[in-house]
Amino acid sequence: MPDSLPTDSVGIVTPQTLHFDAPITLACGQTLDSYDLVVETYGELNADASNAVLICHALSGHHHAAGYHHPEDRKPGWWDSCIGPGKPIDTNRFYVVSLNNLGGCHGSTGPNSINPQTGQQYGPDFPVVTVRDWVHSQALLADRLGVRCWAAVVGGSLGGMQALQWSLDYPDRLKHAVVIASTPRLTAQNIAFNEVARQAITSDREFHDGRYYDFDVVPRRGLMLARMVGHITYLSDASMGEKFGRELRDQAYKFGYDAEFQVESYLRYQGERFSESFDANTYLLMTRALDYFDPAYDTDNDLAKALAQASCEFLVLSFSTDWRFTPARSEEMVNAMISARRKVSYAEIESPWGHDSFLIPTPRYMDIFTAYMDRVAREAGA
Amino acid sequence: MRPDLEIIEQWIRPGSRVLDLGCGDGTLLDRLQREKQASGYGLEINPDHITTCMSKGVSVIEQNLDTQGLGNFENQTFDVVLMTQALQAVRRPDLMLDEMLRLGREGIVTFPNFAYWRLRWYLMSHGRMPESETLPYKWYDTPNIRLCTFRDFEALCYQKNFRIMNRAVVDGQHRDRWFHRLWPNMLGQIAIYRISRQEN
Repeated sequence: MPDSLPTDSVGIVTPQTLHFDAPITLACGQTLDSYDLVVETYGELNADASNAVLICHALSGHHHAAGYHHPEDRKPGWWDSCIGPGKPIDTNRFYVVSLNNLGGCHGSTGPNSINPQTGQQYGPDFPVVTVRDWVHSQALLADRLGVRCWAAVVGGSLGGMQALQWSLDYPDRLKHAVVIASTPRLTAQNIAFNEVARQAITSDREFHDGRYYDFDVVPRRGLMLARMVGHITYLSDASMGEKFGRELRDQAYKFGYDAEFQVESYLRYQGERFSESFDANTYLLMTRALDYFDPAYDTDNDLAKALAQASCEFLVLSFSTDWRFTPARSEEMVNAMISARRKVSYAEIESPWGHDSFLIPTPRYMDIFTAYMDRVAREAGA
Repeated sequence: MRPDLEIIEQWIRPGSRVLDLGCGDGTLLDRLQREKQASGYGLEINPDHITTCMSKGVSVIEQNLDTQGLGNFENQTFDVVLMTQALQAVRRPDLMLDEMLRLGREGIVTFPNFAYWRLRWYLMSHGRMPESETLPYKWYDTPNIRLCTFRDFEALCYQKNFRIMNRAVVDGQHRDRWFHRLWPNMLGQIAIYRISRQEN
């Protein structure tokens, strides 16, 4: 954390917990009688509530998208590069809402919350939630906040899937959907990576069938491995090459199996840090939500047919070196939108950072994002 | 607005679905959206132009016609497919015209006339590849790889059995002058053609 907060930061922010009493029925058929959603908001809602923007988070994200919780925080929120005064999602003009999704582990009701029916943590009994369930809960959140219609719903990766789902499920409740580094559904390869991550977690001896809370342990090694695998898919060969190459931690080979290459120790460090802060059951749930996402499932695998119900405008962005959700997957989505005669703009942004590019403020990305959101703001009278 | 774009605007019916191939900064589409309630998309590859289109509210798709083609667009899904000042820059203008009329009922193209008298004079007097305000490039480094004359274009339309619905001719400043109509292939610098399939 810098000595003073940067001028383009939303500053110190405080999350709030909103309690929902009305039961919500999920895609799996189960019902949550009540639940909490943790949210942060930045900027002010205008008089006609037309300037609200919803931020949807990705696999390991949460409500803390921008600003700092404490002056001593070392890092700001996960999308601080794009949210703040004068940034693409300009908090001088927009009222920005960012939440931790249902099933998360950062304060919203999830596997590590207390199940009111048992008085114990849910653990593996927490229902599997889907992107559609999240969008449903986000619509209820919008009602609570007095937002009838979002100026835009914005997200990267799994967050982009939520933006797309919004356009289908609540077509009259958003003007724009901004879908960044995303995909209309996972490929077999994507699902395969998720399965490796899940196997890493569930085969950890400390997992205890998801009831590790009862044993006061955490399947740390499993989570660490899951994160290491995931992390590789977020980067590109080129960016890893540039960052680490074949650099060794010491001068020479040691002819052993400890972390000798810099990339090994980096991955171990990332994995360890993640395993200290993330809940294993939530990781399983989030990866499953990714696997299940398939908005064309009910329309004979025809996404254009599904999109016929959408009425918002779309901005779709992809990144040249993203091999997790490649530009071709975004183009698939764009072509379906064209086929459905929806308004859509698309750009493939040259960036070396792989899937993670959506978090990194490269010049062209910021230019496009700013230009588009500026127009969204003008339309919203903000 | 440039006179050539004004001419094109006159040829677009209100409420048309328009595809603009190489839409630039979106000036024409923006105008058509506002003045003619047109809808549709622009295709572009220049990053700055794409950004400008987005701030104007023009739906723009980053797509390279030469490498990606137009295969992602379905048959007869547009009223008009436009291509201004780019036909001479694609590898196969003949196939591009086929594609334009596959996607749209009508096509509108503009391109420079290589038979313009100054270019003829330049070639005859210098014996070198002409350069002009509309063709300001050296022969070895030019985007204009398929230059043609108005007569060449009309011969191609005849061969392909395209109907020429309208033709207009403007000068290098895109102005419409009376003498262009007297002897277009000699006096016109830029042509604007509106074509369709014969059966329409």
